[in-house]
Amino acid sequence: MFRYILRRLAWSIPTLLLVTFLVYLALRIGTDPVQSYRRVNPRASRAKIQQYIDVNGLDPNFVKGYFTWLKNFLTGEWPPSIKGRREVWPALKDAMANTLRLGSAATVVGIVIGLFAGVLAALRPGGRRDVFINTSAFVGISVPPFISAILLQLLFAVYWQKWFGASLFPTSGVYPAGHTGFDLFLMLKFMALPTLVVAIQIIATYSRYMRSSLLDVLNSDYMRTARSKGISERRVLIKHGMRNALIPVVTIAALDVGSIVGGLIITENIFSYPGMGLYFLKSFGEGDFPLLMPWMVVIVASVLFFNLIADISYAWLDPRIRLE
Amino acid sequence: MSEKILEIRNLHVTFETPSGPLEAVRGVDLDVSAGELLGVVGESGSGKSVTFLATMGLLPTRAKVTGSVLLAGEQLIGASPKQLRSVRGRLLSMIFQDPLSALNPVHRIGNQIAEMLQSHQALTNREAQTRAVELLDIVGIPQPTDRSQQFPHEFSGGMRQRVVIAIAIANNPKVLIADEPTTALDVTVQAQILEVIERVQERFGTAVVLITHDLGVIARVADRVNVMYAGRNVEQGTIDSLFDHPSHPYTRGLLASLPRPGMQRLKPITGFPPNMLNPPKGCAFHTRCEYAAEVCKLDLPELQTFGDLQTACVRAKELPRAEVLS
Amino acid sequence: MAFRRFVSHKAAVGSCFVIATLALFVVLAPFTARYGVNQSVQAPPNSFLSPRGNAWLGTDDIGRDLYSRLIYGVRVSLLIGLASALISVTLGALIGAIAGFRGGKFDDIMMRVTDLFLAFPFLVTLLVVRNVLGALPWMKPITGEMNSVRFIIVLFGIFGWMGVARIVRGQVLSLKEREFVEAARAVGASRRYIIARHLLPNSVGPIMVALTFSVVGAIISESTLAFFGYGPQAGDGATSLGILVGQAKGAVQTGFWWLAVFPCLALIVIALSINFIGDALRDATDPRLDRGA
Ligand SMILES: Nc1ncnc2c1ncn2[C@@H]1O[C@H](COP(=O)(O)OP(=O)(O)OP(=O)(O)O)[C@@H](O)[C@H]1O
Ligand code: SF4
Ligand SMILES: [Mg+2]
Repeated sequence: MFRYILRRLAWSIPTLLLVTFLVYLALRIGTDPVQSYRRVNPRASRAKIQQYIDVNGLDPNFVKGYFTWLKNFLTGEWPPSIKGRREVWPALKDAMANTLRLGSAATVVGIVIGLFAGVLAALRPGGRRDVFINTSAFVGISVPPFISAILLQLLFAVYWQKWFGASLFPTSGVYPAGHTGFDLFLMLKFMALPTLVVAIQIIATYSRYMRSSLLDVLNSDYMRTARSKGISERRVLIKHGMRNALIPVVTIAALDVGSIVGGLIITENIFSYPGMGLYFLKSFGEGDFPLLMPWMVVIVASVLFFNLIADISYAWLDPRIRLE
Repeated sequence: MSEKILEIRNLHVTFETPSGPLEAVRGVDLDVSAGELLGVVGESGSGKSVTFLATMGLLPTRAKVTGSVLLAGEQLIGASPKQLRSVRGRLLSMIFQDPLSALNPVHRIGNQIAEMLQSHQALTNREAQTRAVELLDIVGIPQPTDRSQQFPHEFSGGMRQRVVIAIAIANNPKVLIADEPTTALDVTVQAQILEVIERVQERFGTAVVLITHDLGVIARVADRVNVMYAGRNVEQGTIDSLFDHPSHPYTRGLLASLPRPGMQRLKPITGFPPNMLNPPKGCAFHTRCEYAAEVCKLDLPELQTFGDLQTACVRAKELPRAEVLS
Repeated sequence: MAFRRFVSHKAAVGSCFVIATLALFVVLAPFTARYGVNQSVQAPPNSFLSPRGNAWLGTDDIGRDLYSRLIYGVRVSLLIGLASALISVTLGALIGAIAGFRGGKFDDIMMRVTDLFLAFPFLVTLLVVRNVLGALPWMKPITGEMNSVRFIIVLFGIFGWMGVARIVRGQVLSLKEREFVEAARAVGASRRYIIARHLLPNSVGPIMVALTFSVVGAIISESTLAFFGYGPQAGDGATSLGILVGQAKGAVQTGFWWLAVFPCLALIVIALSINFIGDALRDATDPRLDRGA
């Protein structure tokens, strides 16, 4: 197991290189960083432009440029943002921290509620509870996050205040303007709506996964064997049902990081929540190459990381899987 | 005749299906004596599995079960779930058709046996594991100590069926129901599994109900036979009398379709099993019976004693004696 | 059997009616819309009318009738959804069938590529691929201008094949093992013949399901892109569901609720209906369900 993990980690280095190269290519072609720089800094001198090209690895030769970029990236010589004022790492760090907070809150809330709802639905398939959970989940996955975000915002930003005089949940930022220091309660209040939006998606997805997975398991022969032993129904469900039902769900969960991050990007933008999503959309809109590349590296690395987690937890739950 | 350990009386099982109620078992009477090996035969869909799943209380809740099942004098139909649980695995165990999927893939073999032991006996984990290894040895698994630490996917089909048997006999039950325990296995393995079952029966005095399609198997191992058709038992008796002079036309058909040395052509029963959503009136076999007459379509024939056989056929007495077979 | 099962899915039957009605409305747009797509009902400065008799769903920032614009917008969105779904499903079915049937290197590479794309945050990939597609000069004749509806259709068309390819590949892999294909192969039928005669027809169910889900996917993606300002351009007053939903963002702050609520509702109704249809189709064509009650 340990050796397997080491080998996977070793393999992830070439993968990272390859994928970042592809990302580099896509950004070079898609956002034309030099052109963007000229647009943002119309009065930049020729020398300034050349310097921007040099530090960012924007050589006309893509391969050469990529390796320049890579060298600077690895040695920590990260060029400042396109406007030349912002250091990239502090911005990226803050964005990561904020997104990690929002993302993990939403994921934990979403997965716990989602799995629970899925189990409740599967225990009495076709019953009223099942129909309710299943239909809600269906609506949940059909409504894109920006729609639920807008509608929630409309309700809480505008109408709650109109109807009840005070706003219940703020709808933008992490803290009110001008706030300094740490305030957990205030932060939770600000995080409530964005968390809800992302969690809705997760709840909907996972209750469906869990339901169908558990239904498969409940119909399987070994559940009948377990019952024929005369052990309690609860033990049958937990000891024999749950673990088997979780195997496919856990695998999907770790692979779902992409879609969760996707939901985060949209949600953060709508709630002006200063995380990775807002960071991305801003820098993408400006063609801010120095900000974009490190962001992409973080995303690629986390996708690889969670892939590994998926495989490990899969093998851990299912003895039929051999990690070799 | 020794004492009756399992008595099933007038058992009915009805499933609610989207196309209406389906009565899969329609009044089965059946006895199992202590220590005997009872064979149950019948076509696919005749209600063999459902009868014994109902006995075990393992049918889904949407199945309606009525009648009486007495196990060592204890009524199981309508018993509380708790009462049923205390019987299942202790007095009454079942082996299922498909050994490949009957074991939980994520738990070790030893633990799956130990779970059965500990659910009815106060044993420490260590004791249960030791006992599990002994059981593996009893059902003929080599290197039982190592094997008990493995997972089901590391076992072959035949080995898995042995494990299932080990689980079933762990608490030394009074009755062991084996529902087509060899159907999914290849021929040589089938014989070995049957041997294991016979050995268990002899060694522990367990009564065995062996459900099968294979009359040849029955002839080899069973003491008595029960023939089922369309959710009813149509004939039962000792193995000798049934094979010597079957009296129910369906049993005769079954025997005639057996491959036998010296006979070239098999004579399968013509026609198809009835649709259980809408079974034929009267004797359900009349659609396929060569002796069928108008009286057969009136009432469900009840079991009647003819010598050492019990037969549910209104015309049993008038029929020509079956030619002696074999 | 399959049809009976579909019809027994009540929500799906209802959804069919909803979609049919919508389709009728948008096809007959010149009659069903009350105003032209770019026609002002109310001149500034009081251009925001709340819902009322002469503007059922209110008006937007320059006084245009939201109801009429919704009809035209849904028309564009349905067009985008259908056209791009057709492209991506055709592509995906072909690639998936070939990958599943040939196996080997081609299959490996295809699956790696789709893995990569599917693992990435969807919106990021979509935006990056959009920009790359727009920057390729040799694609211009096919895609047209970057903010045209045609561009969006091509973008979603070549973007959406991956999910479909996976489904069809899985289907092909399982069909490949079945007797009739074995038999065809034993008789010496060519690979092309087997794909065309046996594998594709047997994958019709999953492909239909993929098609419906692609339609929703494209409609939602279009809205998402437009919402973030990367969709088709609103020039000439042309519109789409995405553009209308995009206006909703501003409406939230200003309190013109109808501009947010109605386009969002329209999108929800469409997405939900098509999803219901897809779901019922999946159940209806799933051979595994033939056994159970
Ligand atoms: N859970 C269920 N729901 C509805 N009908 C069922 C269910 N289980 C069994 N049946 C029906 O009950 C009838 C008897 O089934 P049963 O499984 O007892 O047959 P069997 O004699 O064991 O056949 P086989 O030899 O194939 O195992 C069949 O018609 C079957 O379709
Ligand atoms: S009752 Fe009639 S139909 Fe039924 S087995 Fe006897 S003779 Fe045949
Ligand atoms: Mg059976």
